[in-house]
Amino acid sequence: MWKYVLKRLFWLIIISICVAILIFSIMWFVPGDPAQIMLAGTGTQAEIDALRDRLGLSDPYLVQLGRFLYNAFIRFDLGDSYVYKVPVIVELGHRFPRTLILGLLTMIISSGIGIPLGINAAMNRNKFQDQGVLVFSMIFISVPQFWIALEMMILFAVKLRWLPTSGIDSWKCWIMPVLSGALSGIAMNARQSRSAVLETIRADFVTTARAKGVREQKVIYKHMLPNALMPIINGLGNTVCTMVSGSVIIETVFAFPGVGTYMMSAIGGRDYPVVRGCVLMLAIFAAVVNLIVDLIYGYLDPRIKAQYVNYGSRGAGRKGASA
Amino acid sequence: MNEQAVVSDAAAKARKRKKSMFVQTVKRLVKNKVSLIGFIILFIIILAVILADVLAPCDPEYMDYGAIHALPSAAHPFGTDNLGRDILSRLLVGGRYSLSLGFICAFVSLFVGVFFGNLVGYLGGRVDMVVMRLCDIFGAIPGQLLAIVISTALGSGFINTILAMTVGGFPNAIRGNRALALKEREMEYLEAARAMNCSKMKIVFKHMMPNTIPIQIVGTTMSIGHAIIGAAGLSFIGLGIQLPTPEWGAILSGSRKYVMDYPHEMLFPGLAILITVLAINMIGDGLRDALDPKLKN
Repeated sequence: MWKYVLKRLFWLIIISICVAILIFSIMWFVPGDPAQIMLAGTGTQAEIDALRDRLGLSDPYLVQLGRFLYNAFIRFDLGDSYVYKVPVIVELGHRFPRTLILGLLTMIISSGIGIPLGINAAMNRNKFQDQGVLVFSMIFISVPQFWIALEMMILFAVKLRWLPTSGIDSWKCWIMPVLSGALSGIAMNARQSRSAVLETIRADFVTTARAKGVREQKVIYKHMLPNALMPIINGLGNTVCTMVSGSVIIETVFAFPGVGTYMMSAIGGRDYPVVRGCVLMLAIFAAVVNLIVDLIYGYLDPRIKAQYVNYGSRGAGRKGASA
Repeated sequence: MNEQAVVSDAAAKARKRKKSMFVQTVKRLVKNKVSLIGFIILFIIILAVILADVLAPCDPEYMDYGAIHALPSAAHPFGTDNLGRDILSRLLVGGRYSLSLGFICAFVSLFVGVFFGNLVGYLGGRVDMVVMRLCDIFGAIPGQLLAIVISTALGSGFINTILAMTVGGFPNAIRGNRALALKEREMEYLEAARAMNCSKMKIVFKHMMPNTIPIQIVGTTMSIGHAIIGAAGLSFIGLGIQLPTPEWGAILSGSRKYVMDYPHEMLFPGLAILITVLAINMIGDGLRDALDPKLKN
């Protein structure tokens, strides 16, 4: 098991470096010259050239890439923002916790409500609870999050004046950003857990348990749910990733001072270090979450755990099967 | 003579059985009211969008300065925007961009996923390793985030948006298909094909692919809706397709400034997306029930 964890951690570092290279290369192709934008019309060509030299923008691709990787992974320095002249890592240190809390709250609410709803729907198949959950989840997976966010803003902030439209000064400011992400999260979780439970209801081991006279309560909580919840736990990692990227758009709607708004303002201003830093941060965060989910999943599911223990022989096994 | 008759009889039976499988699916689909409603709504929307030039009450680009920010009325059923353009007409014409974007993205993802997933899953070995590691790297960046970054690099526009949207989805599509291919390649009919000395390419593309594509039908249907929402999101934050092109997300992004005073301008484009995606998802759900062998009988 520890060998497996170490292996995954090592792989995480490799992935992070590759993601950094990928992001750097994509941003390399972004049209527009930051030096020109920074001096917007006021600078002469000589000044622009001087600034380009100072920012290291006239160096060849590989030199710039090497410098970026060295600074990011050895010195933990993502460079300074071209526009605000503040180190990106400092600004991210302020903003990332907010995005993290927003994402976690959204995830807790969407799985805390969605999963029980889905299980309940599957247990009462074709009854009104089931139909209600189906209709609700159908509508909310079909709706763009940002549109829900805006409609909520019109209703709760403009018409009813219950909640503020933006900011993070009081707890009220968090309600709408969390809720607009959580609604589709609840829908997604409810659908997934409903079909997962329906799948296990038909499984042979459930029939067996009933046949040998296990109490219904025990059949549900001991035999059925642990098996049904496995794929849902596995899906949590994906949910977090969706929420991280979804938060970029929701944050811009509510002017929420998180990583998303930082990144979007930087995209407009060709502020490369900021964009690179934000994407790298979010990607590494998603990778870490996926790793944690994988490890928990492996720990909980004895079938996967068995695979970890003789991890080395898995490849050999597959080869043997195809021969 | 007799033998021939038997053979042709068997072939006819097989054909009948094959047809009846399709007919069965369609029957089950029609019996499922939800998917039937979905089909009808989507059909009406597609028809309306195709006939937009005839159906639209006004020219979508005509600016009526006498009726700026007009509320819904008989002349402008959905009202007008900040330049006095009729919102219904713009939605009808804009539906062409949104819908085709959704369909193209879904099918490009399907094609790339099936092609590479099958190939890599069947061939295995070093090719498999390289492609899967590439998938791991691209997949490490959450899809929508990657779409935003690529969209920034490529700039706005229809083709660029399709590229940005699909590249973000490739890793998952390839991974899913590879998993299918790994299961499929142990099947007996492929063993038979190998025994008959089929070339690897022929096995993958002629024998394996026709068997893995149908499994993707439901996922692909659902991904049309995802693509429409994703593209609208990109346009909304100022990437993707930009005004004056009346793509639904772009219309939303344009009316966002006036959301406090004229909320109806935001309502109708959002409802257009909601109803379209809802119809598509309803069809997807119906298809899942109709095709799921466990729910038969």
